[in-house]
Amino acid sequence: MKRVFMLLVVAVGLLFFTACGENEAVLQPDTDDGEAPLASSINVFNWGEFIDPQVLSMFTQETGIAVNYSMYASNEEMYQRIRTGGADFDVLFPSDYMIQRMISQGMLARLNWDNIPNREHIYYRFWGMPFDPYDQYSVPYMWGTFGILYNTAIVDEPVYSWDILWNPRWANEIFMYDASRDTMGAALRRLGFSLNSTNIEEIHAARDSLIEQRPLVRAFAGDQIKDWMIVGDGALATVFSGDAVWAKQDNPDLNFIVPIEGTQIFLDSMVIPITTTRQREAEMFINFMTRPDIAYLNTRYIMYSTTNYTTLQMLPDYMKDCTIYWPPEEIFYRLEAFEDLGDFKEEFERAWTEVLVAN
Amino acid sequence: MKRLFGYPYGLWLTIFVVLPLGLIGYYSITATDAAGNTYFTLRHFHMFFEASFPGQPFFSRLYVNVAVRSLRLALMTTVITFILGYPVAYIMAGKGFSDKSVLLFLFIAPMWMNFLVRTYAWLAILSRNGILNTFLAWLGLPILDILFTDSAVLLGMVYNFLPFMVLPIYTALKKMDPRIIEAAQDLGANSPRVFIRVVFPLSMPGVVSGITMVFMPAAATFIIPNLLGGGQYFLLGNLVEQQFLRVGNWNFGAAIAVIMIGLMLVSTFILSWFGRAEAKEGGMKE
Repeated sequence: MKRVFMLLVVAVGLLFFTACGENEAVLQPDTDDGEAPLASSINVFNWGEFIDPQVLSMFTQETGIAVNYSMYASNEEMYQRIRTGGADFDVLFPSDYMIQRMISQGMLARLNWDNIPNREHIYYRFWGMPFDPYDQYSVPYMWGTFGILYNTAIVDEPVYSWDILWNPRWANEIFMYDASRDTMGAALRRLGFSLNSTNIEEIHAARDSLIEQRPLVRAFAGDQIKDWMIVGDGALATVFSGDAVWAKQDNPDLNFIVPIEGTQIFLDSMVIPITTTRQREAEMFINFMTRPDIAYLNTRYIMYSTTNYTTLQMLPDYMKDCTIYWPPEEIFYRLEAFEDLGDFKEEFERAWTEVLVAN
Repeated sequence: MKRLFGYPYGLWLTIFVVLPLGLIGYYSITATDAAGNTYFTLRHFHMFFEASFPGQPFFSRLYVNVAVRSLRLALMTTVITFILGYPVAYIMAGKGFSDKSVLLFLFIAPMWMNFLVRTYAWLAILSRNGILNTFLAWLGLPILDILFTDSAVLLGMVYNFLPFMVLPIYTALKKMDPRIIEAAQDLGANSPRVFIRVVFPLSMPGVVSGITMVFMPAAATFIIPNLLGGGQYFLLGNLVEQQFLRVGNWNFGAAIAVIMIGLMLVSTFILSWFGRAEAKEGGMKE
């Protein structure tokens, strides 16, 4: 309730400010080609620690548009804020399956590509993804894979398959990611199924294999896994490639592989909610973020892999040639993006709950 | 005039307690169909008790099992804090102990820090290369790999909730008139008898509020077991979070919340009934 009130206050304040901005602009009608004057600010909603902060002030310097920047910790949190209304955002950074869900619920605006010429820098593999097959709604920002991070000082056998996480030899040395779709996805791929499976028997097979693995698992966790791996608290873990790049910097003994059975590719893309009143300004921001020098600053800062092919060529060799940061071409054939499963996700959560309470 | 001062609180209660509770109740007994119509249903409560396969024993059914785990952990925490806490409170309240303010201070001081921060500290202490094991290795002892086990979870729970058990018992013992104990001794009771028949029954109100203050939050907590148990403890709190944030099934989430409230109410009634009965048996007259 309090939050609603605060949001109201903020919203009224924003209305007031944008109104002021428009008035000022009307007083100086010297915008280039007779287009409507620009809004004085936009509201951007992004993941925590997912941008180089100086990029925002650079955007304001270049365009005169201020950026009100807010952060979220999960796709679901962002989705709930947008769906319940009361939040006035112009640019969002959802992941693949969430983009699909938002498109299917009519929550996203179609992009005007004339305003985003920098799209030509995005690597061709990231277009036409299943969640936005006709490239109408989203511009790829960062990407990565989900795989195995392991400590080469402890693990003395070759790591190439998900199977190693089921090897009793590594009991109490394994960290698993505590999210239903990601970990169930790994188990599904290990068994040769799609990680978007909606076949209940495949889900149950994956569930049973994870229950079988439970005694070997040291902990289920999220962001903390990389910290524990850095200090050598475990030998094997499932992590995202961006975190693996990060962890390897702090502990050179760590290595990351994409398992041979295949895995998840995730793509965090920039989209515009349908409720925006500042679509042109939002598109300017997306275009700015897609410019190679800006994408360079962002990827250097957060260490997640850029989707920008021009930027990739600009990167120092130790990043460009690092197979964790940018895997070899043949890896792409083993990758599969999440799709929104609709109501079937309840089955995933139920199976996952059964894994967690099995002991 | 006096009633006038009560209105702000009444308003506060209505907005922040009554309305949210009403909303939770409303969500728990309704559902929305594909066309967007909301209708009355009890199926979310039915879902909570549903069996995964025909003939599954009641207590091993998925969500019932989660509830049983939550209550078991809360119960174990309560029993251990009571066993550890009562003697401490007794010693602190005793005549012979002169440094009680120091001990009391030592109990309260850690509570100035947020419990989450203190729980993170336990992670650093108990981890494989943590403070405890560095110390043990220095002494030449084998290391203890107890982080992410049941022991670590119980340790964290007891550590966090111990003051809530000690303080009410201490207050109850402190308030006791020493002349009552002298009277019992004059009538020929030896020390164990004085304790069992007089001191303990008189401290019962403190014990009951201590148990309440530990059991209730312990049954609802999920952060401490999550951190120290390495995500391997799935409790009622996790279930509510899962349904609201990840599945997006607010109706089922609300039904679980209602079931939790019900469990809390039942245990409150049991405790207060137990407290009254004990007080009567002890021959206490209010």
